[in-house]
Amino acid sequence: MSEGYPQAPTAGVPGHMAIHGAGNPHDGHSHPDHPKLQHHFDDMGQQAEASTLGMWVFLVTEIMFFGGLFMAYLLYRYRSPDGFAEASNHLNVIWGAINTIVLIVSSLTMALAVRAAQTSARPKVQVGWLIATMILGSAFLGVKVIEYADKFTHHLVPGPDFQWPGEYPAAAEMFYSLYFCMTGLHALHMIIGIGIMLVITAMAWRRQFDAAYYTPVEVAGLYWHFVDIVWIFLFPLLYLIGYHYGAH
Amino acid sequence: MATLNYLNNGHGLASWLLTKDHKRIALLYLASITVFFFIGGLFAFLIRLELLTPAGDLMTAENYNKMFTMHGVVMVFFFLIPSIPAVLGNFFIPIMLGAKDLAFPRINLISWYIYVLGGIFTLTAALSGGVDTGWTFYTPYSTAAANSHVVTAALGVFITGFSSILTGLNFIVTIHRMRAPGMTWFRMPLFVWSHYATSLIFILGTPVIAITILLVAAERVLHFGIFDPALGGDPILFQHLFWFYSHPAVYIMILPAMGVVSEIVQAFARKNIFGYSFVAFSSLAIGIIGFFVWGHHIFVAGQSVYAGMIFSILSFIVAIPSAIKVFNWTATIYRGSVSLESPMLYAFGFVGLFTIGGLTGLFLAAMGLDIHVHDTYFIVAHFHYIMVGGAIMGYLGGMHYWWPKISGKMYPEAWAKFAALIVFVGFNLTFFPQFLVGYLGMPRRYHMYPPEFQVLNVMSTLGATVLSVGYVLPMVYFTYSIFKGKPAPANPWGAKGLEWEIPSPPPTENFPVTPIVTHGTHQYAPSKEVGVV
Amino acid sequence: MFTNFPLFPQQASAQAGPVDAIYFFMVAVTAFFSILIAALIVLFAIRYRRRHREEVGYAIHGSLALELLWTVIPFFIVMVMFVWGARVFFDMYRPPAGAMEIYVVGKQWMWKVQHMDGQREINELHVPIGRPVKLIMGSEDVLHSYYIPAFRVKADVIPGRYNVLWFTATKPGTYHLFCAEYCGTKHSGMVGSIVAMEPQAFQAWLSGGGASASPVAAGEKLFQDLACNTCHMGDTQGRGPVLTNLFGSSVQLQGGVTVVADEAYIRESIVNPQAKIVAGYQPIMPTFQGLVTEEQLLQLMSYVRSLSKQGTAPAPAGTSAPQQPQASDGPAVEKK
Repeated sequence: MSEGYPQAPTAGVPGHMAIHGAGNPHDGHSHPDHPKLQHHFDDMGQQAEASTLGMWVFLVTEIMFFGGLFMAYLLYRYRSPDGFAEASNHLNVIWGAINTIVLIVSSLTMALAVRAAQTSARPKVQVGWLIATMILGSAFLGVKVIEYADKFTHHLVPGPDFQWPGEYPAAAEMFYSLYFCMTGLHALHMIIGIGIMLVITAMAWRRQFDAAYYTPVEVAGLYWHFVDIVWIFLFPLLYLIGYHYGAH
Repeated sequence: MATLNYLNNGHGLASWLLTKDHKRIALLYLASITVFFFIGGLFAFLIRLELLTPAGDLMTAENYNKMFTMHGVVMVFFFLIPSIPAVLGNFFIPIMLGAKDLAFPRINLISWYIYVLGGIFTLTAALSGGVDTGWTFYTPYSTAAANSHVVTAALGVFITGFSSILTGLNFIVTIHRMRAPGMTWFRMPLFVWSHYATSLIFILGTPVIAITILLVAAERVLHFGIFDPALGGDPILFQHLFWFYSHPAVYIMILPAMGVVSEIVQAFARKNIFGYSFVAFSSLAIGIIGFFVWGHHIFVAGQSVYAGMIFSILSFIVAIPSAIKVFNWTATIYRGSVSLESPMLYAFGFVGLFTIGGLTGLFLAAMGLDIHVHDTYFIVAHFHYIMVGGAIMGYLGGMHYWWPKISGKMYPEAWAKFAALIVFVGFNLTFFPQFLVGYLGMPRRYHMYPPEFQVLNVMSTLGATVLSVGYVLPMVYFTYSIFKGKPAPANPWGAKGLEWEIPSPPPTENFPVTPIVTHGTHQYAPSKEVGVV
Repeated sequence: MFTNFPLFPQQASAQAGPVDAIYFFMVAVTAFFSILIAALIVLFAIRYRRRHREEVGYAIHGSLALELLWTVIPFFIVMVMFVWGARVFFDMYRPPAGAMEIYVVGKQWMWKVQHMDGQREINELHVPIGRPVKLIMGSEDVLHSYYIPAFRVKADVIPGRYNVLWFTATKPGTYHLFCAEYCGTKHSGMVGSIVAMEPQAFQAWLSGGGASASPVAAGEKLFQDLACNTCHMGDTQGRGPVLTNLFGSSVQLQGGVTVVADEAYIRESIVNPQAKIVAGYQPIMPTFQGLVTEEQLLQLMSYVRSLSKQGTAPAPAGTSAPQQPQASDGPAVEKK
């Protein structure tokens, strides 16, 4: 490797590192930049890759975030399996199952929304799928409100008011502490997800997405699917394992 | 200067507070972490004043407990963790990669606001009466017994965590996707490698402390009993979750400093690093193995012997990559062209103090010995050698190395050398006696202590006084240099690296054209050897 | 003026020697490498100082042999440290059979001590030299840590469970006792002294005034007062399991699991009776959490232990784990 590359235009220092113009200045493009290309990216491909990678990295963070709670759940479930089974039996499996189906369908509508943007479908189609996703998400939250209200009326909220008729009051209170932490945090993610969907819907309505630029829909979709998957773990852990146990 | 650069391209408060330029955001961080550093330093100084005498005569026990808690919270979460990544990393990673900015400039700005919001929460807790749980927030004291503003302070830490996560996310995506043509992974500066490892810890560890702190708040406010034994919870679970983040957090503090030292040693020996790939991979090794050593904080809490042995052996093994770095830095100077300017003095100080800090860490990994020194001043001395002797030395070294680039001005070198000397002497005088008093058995977080420990404590307080002078000096001459300093040339040190090829201070877009990189950083002399070692 | 300026702690227990030995080894390693690195840096910085402005260093990219050398050598050094540290730890972890047992309860901000023959102490602990002493420790409120620097021993005291600390004092004297785990406002006031005495002096101290009921007797009285005996009767007619010969035995639980009835099991059965139900019994026992203090729990436990044959006769070697408590009641202690 020899020294002696052309001097960088702005540097006047001997012994510099070998850099020179890449011939990629902004106004030198053969085709005009996409209006959505931010100044610090070279092209739309780089920008889209950065955004999706960013969301994946964020989802890794989210996994660790929920991971702490799953750790606590595993520990206490291991310590009092019978108490957790008893407490779990007081959850309404029907509501839980309905919510699971609602979320799975919402993942489908989300995927279709991404697909619509990807294939440059008419804004109405894109908006339609997005609104369907939001409606399903809201339905999920509505069911959650019903379930929470039920817990409040039956004194199943941990704290001084907690009352447990069964054999394992301490384990049941721990179970419901974890239940509220886990589902509450999940519901918070759903609410944030719906907020993101509102923004994306407005952008779709203003015809901002097509085959050349649909990263926001895709990234929002990744987030939405992640929140769904968290529920796919929560549902069996909180509702089902104890249910089967109790059926023995 | 008439030419347009990032500092004079846009005036007024809004042009700073709404900037998306990574360099300006770095300066926003610089200003805010400097404030927190001096707040945390003030707490430290009051602690040392109290410990001048064995009796608790300066302040009440309650206030003393609040002092060391606030010192720890502020220094760890609001100074050490963001210091090098958010200031120097933010400023130089895009430039070193040949990029115009980080991948997500808006998220970068948001993360600063999140940091400030978290800081406001924590300072509110401090001003409205303080918090006295220790920075570790151990349960059940923090959830069931403490009467202070635990929730406010904890929320501050929780919020600031998101600032770290977003910074780490931004770095990872930038390093993956924003490298200039020809900037292959093994041509990247080691500073970037160390920040890559740091960012991994940011995104994998920080969410765990976030959820843990949230559970502590839920326990205090809603009486959920996850950690409270009176409610069926397990206080040791808290320690596991806490140290799962907080031990790797030590590597968050030290890895970036190691990156800085790698740059400085190369620049002032005018020689490429010895064993580039070993130094690069040792950063990753520290980041990854560092996630599996947290149990050495729990040796005396009665965890199973077998868990203890696994944590012990891994804690020893995580020392190896650090040792590799130290040996490689030393070997780098061999047959170099060594110039002892102030950044190099800090780098040498770092290597020496980090060596002592790292080796005394082995004492704590040895289970039988840790039983005696756990929770004594020996621990305090050890981690201050790492965090103050290591991380802050690295931070100051980096600030001196890159200040001409950041500000476009030269600082008075004689004063800088003097300050480096003062910091080194003051540091050792402060913390070396703590090894001795710790082995004698003085527990940490003690407001009063038996009189036979006084001599060593007086030495320590004396050292802290010297040290604080050493920390104020750079503040003074850096500020002075902004107004009166000589303009800095593009490359005052004759160093190699993309950041030294653009003007000082850099233009807003960093590079007028995207650079093409043809070989690794810090290649000073033509080399006959082929390949990367 | 340097009469009271120690730089090294006293060695007053059998544990102190081994701990200090590994400490000195590690200090030597630390000093060696710190001085080596510092000397090399100074040497290179002088030898290879920059002689003119444009001078650059010699291009050396590295050496695989050297990298391996300074990876492998530190690796072996730290493995020596690991094995050594773990061996010292093992010896400190397992109390020897026949250790003299003492109950310790930590609470904000004092240490309450109960000897098996009824002597009680606060913030002090009298022990004989030359004999293993095993502290069984619980906490009334938050985390504490029982730390005797001169003995090089320390163990956290954790609410909701028992931790064990043992030592053999070797030198008569008075030593510091510290709480090492931050526990609130008067953490630094949660200190006291350990008084190590010659065995005869210790016996004299034990039989001195101030002795109240032994933990076994106090536990027996509590057992009546709390009406435990209405269900836990001496025969199998009771609604609760028989406690005679329970301690140290294996208990068959509902669901087929078997547990050993140790201190943790007894404690849990009192404060959280529903956690483990003995096979063949109903989960009808109410919790006594909040009704009994940690000290009373320890008294109840020593009573339950005294009902066990293992409590009065040493267990045959090989049938009990090293942690299995041995002689626990007062007379057995005095016999030795």
